[in-house]
Amino acid sequence: MPSFYHETHTIFGTHKSKILQWIFSIDHKRIAILYIGVLFTLFFCAVGAALTMRAELFFPGQQLIQAQTYNQLFTFHGVTMIFLFIVPGIAAALGNFILPLMLGARDLSFPRLNLLSWWLYILGVVIALSSLVTGAGFADTGWTFYAPYSIRTDSHVLSTLIAAFILGLSSILTGLNFVVTIHRLRAPGMDFFKMPLFVWGLYATAWIQVLATPVIGITLILVILERTLGIGVFDPSKGGDPILFEHLFWIYSHPAVYLMILPGFGIISEVLPVFTRRTIFGYRSIAISSASIAGIGYLVWGHHMFTSGISDIARLIFSFLTFLVAIPTGVKIFDWLATLYKGSIVLATPMLWILGSIINFTVGGLTGLTLGALGPDIHLHDTYFVVAHFHYTILGGVVFMFIGGMHYWYPKITGAMYDEVKGRVAFGLVFVGFNMLWFPMFIAGFLGNPRRYFDYLPTFTIYHQLSGIGALLVALGLLLVLYTFYKGLKEGKEAGPNPWRGTTLEWHIPSPPPLENFSKIPYVDFDPYEYEDGEPLVQLDENFRRIR
Amino acid sequence: MEQEMAYDRQGKSYPVADFKDDYSGDKLGFWVFLLTEGMMFGVLFLLYGIYFYRHTAMFASSSADLNIWLGGTNTVLLLISTYTMGVATLMMRQGKVKLSATLVGLTIFIAIVFLGIKASEWGVDISHGIYPGSKLLDAKDTGEILFFGLYFVMTGLHGLHVIIGIALMSWVLLLMRSGGIRPEHTIVMKNTTLYWDFVHLIWIVLFPLLYMIGA
Ligand code: HEM
Ligand SMILES: [Cu+2]
Repeated sequence: MPSFYHETHTIFGTHKSKILQWIFSIDHKRIAILYIGVLFTLFFCAVGAALTMRAELFFPGQQLIQAQTYNQLFTFHGVTMIFLFIVPGIAAALGNFILPLMLGARDLSFPRLNLLSWWLYILGVVIALSSLVTGAGFADTGWTFYAPYSIRTDSHVLSTLIAAFILGLSSILTGLNFVVTIHRLRAPGMDFFKMPLFVWGLYATAWIQVLATPVIGITLILVILERTLGIGVFDPSKGGDPILFEHLFWIYSHPAVYLMILPGFGIISEVLPVFTRRTIFGYRSIAISSASIAGIGYLVWGHHMFTSGISDIARLIFSFLTFLVAIPTGVKIFDWLATLYKGSIVLATPMLWILGSIINFTVGGLTGLTLGALGPDIHLHDTYFVVAHFHYTILGGVVFMFIGGMHYWYPKITGAMYDEVKGRVAFGLVFVGFNMLWFPMFIAGFLGNPRRYFDYLPTFTIYHQLSGIGALLVALGLLLVLYTFYKGLKEGKEAGPNPWRGTTLEWHIPSPPPLENFSKIPYVDFDPYEYEDGEPLVQLDENFRRIR
Repeated sequence: MEQEMAYDRQGKSYPVADFKDDYSGDKLGFWVFLLTEGMMFGVLFLLYGIYFYRHTAMFASSSADLNIWLGGTNTVLLLISTYTMGVATLMMRQGKVKLSATLVGLTIFIAIVFLGIKASEWGVDISHGIYPGSKLLDAKDTGEILFFGLYFVMTGLHGLHVIIGIALMSWVLLLMRSGGIRPEHTIVMKNTTLYWDFVHLIWIVLFPLLYMIGA
């Protein structure tokens, strides 16, 4: 059967040119692959920037780069990692590819809108990167664009702001598309509690995209207008209030953290049952906790502002609410552990990444609670402790989940297998390197090393040097991942439709899938993860009628 | 196109929803989109509320500088225009395509008049030296700077929505011609009407906030 690599729909009908067939394709699978390509290119650029920073930090004092260059580097690194890579990340790449397959749909509800989202994303990327080479250099505000500095600095924040706005629009449209698709295009019989958990993660994410992103959108527009016209709302010299900017920024950006994490959690919930060969423990509580994390996540933004001059009552409330988010997250983690318990665990590469991510994320989450408590936060605010905390959650947690998911669905997307040994070695390198990279930073931060500084006191040297070596290991491991994937494409053996013995619908169709996924839409009267004696229970015939 | 079916194990059939031509999906999608618009304007209302609370007296006196008659006329105009647009959709569904097109045309006309009045108001303010960042305004009390800052941002953003509305309605007219909108296929028109309703609703809130608190 010809796969979607051989034929496609484009927005203008058919094209001869292969390139146009890709960039104008409205097939969700091709769009997903376009995202994957661009996302990881940007990821590696941002890792490059990070390595440069780590190199500068290897010795105290100034060696390689100027202080101002360092400011621009961490801004570039932060903006790229957050706005260009991880926020769109899992949803736009894996979500786009897998969501319709999991639902038993032939595409998203709005395939053209999906293409538009991609083009807006590319536009945002181009505008953001253009400021590298035009004007007074890349922004130096950090990825948070705090006013009034972002109003006053001479660096090129305007284009970064515009880019972030356009990226927001793209993200909203993706979210909208997912919400409608999940509501409308589930295969007959699949009610909400028969959806795979990755879909639940994407669903919660989509609502955050839709409801939170407009807040940051208009806030960035206000900063743009502040810089160009001087409207006054965030400018203290005109009576405006920069603290309000922080409020509005974090009303988006805290939920945005969950927007990065929830699809990752979804990946964990897919990979665990498959590699323990049993149904997931607490399906409903995992599904509902995704939704409640998204909901509570809206109410906790104030924990970023404990030191910014908000009232004591507000601080207490935000601190309390922050602790509440830990409950549904904890529920999830215990469900996963319960799934592992007594499961016949298969330590394949996707599973390794997932287990690694659970470990790292737990460290990140617990240190997050430390920061959510008022007393410690006053001490730890804006130190490397915070930097270590969010790298544990985002890099050690979410990026690990993302890479795990890439391994898991690699055979579905490409039709080929990667080399298992290389995969495991790469994981080992990154896991060891990662912990060496960030664990010392908890200590350095605790001892008072502030973040966003290009220099530090000589007493901190040892931590930064350990960290630097760790960063190198991480980078090597990531390159090995890339190489493994590349080799798999070239000489991997054929995967077949279901190499992992998965149960969800995407494993019932050929790899790579044909253009419109399902020749016949199945009727779904089964739960997503049903195993019997370690084998998938449900079997469908070639007409997608259930035979077992 | 024939309705596709999925069959369960007993052989019972269930209709399959497809991404092509899904009326309910299109409607749902647009409502979700309006929700995002609501969140966006919501932020501006929030900012307005906070600064109003801090500078109540200055906001009232600045508001009195605006021309309530022009603003009021615009409010009435928008009210009428949602009515014409709503009736246009109704007529379309009843198959009265010509009448429907005329009503959409009328709505576009009213929207343009709205923009004209808005532009003349802005013009007067600007000619008096009142605009964001102007020397005159920046020399005034901070309450006044903030009021006019928000005034220009909010009416500006609303005006942008009116312009988009005009574009959408013109597109509706084109689609009526080409048969993209027919009495039995009105989803684009319905969503445009919904959008226009939203634009008018926002103005209904903006008018008292900006024009009436000083009256
Ligand atoms: C190889 C992996 C990585 C390394 C070596 C690394 C290193 C660093 C370093 C050295 C800083 C600057 C700390 C400071 O001076 O305050 C930083 C900041 C940051 N990193 Fe990473 N990072 C990595 C991956 C990531 C990933 C995957 C993300 C998110 C998806 C991320 C997000 C951020 C953010 C948001 C900042 C803060 C930027 C700012 O202060 O504005 N990093 N990172
Ligand atoms: Cu937060």
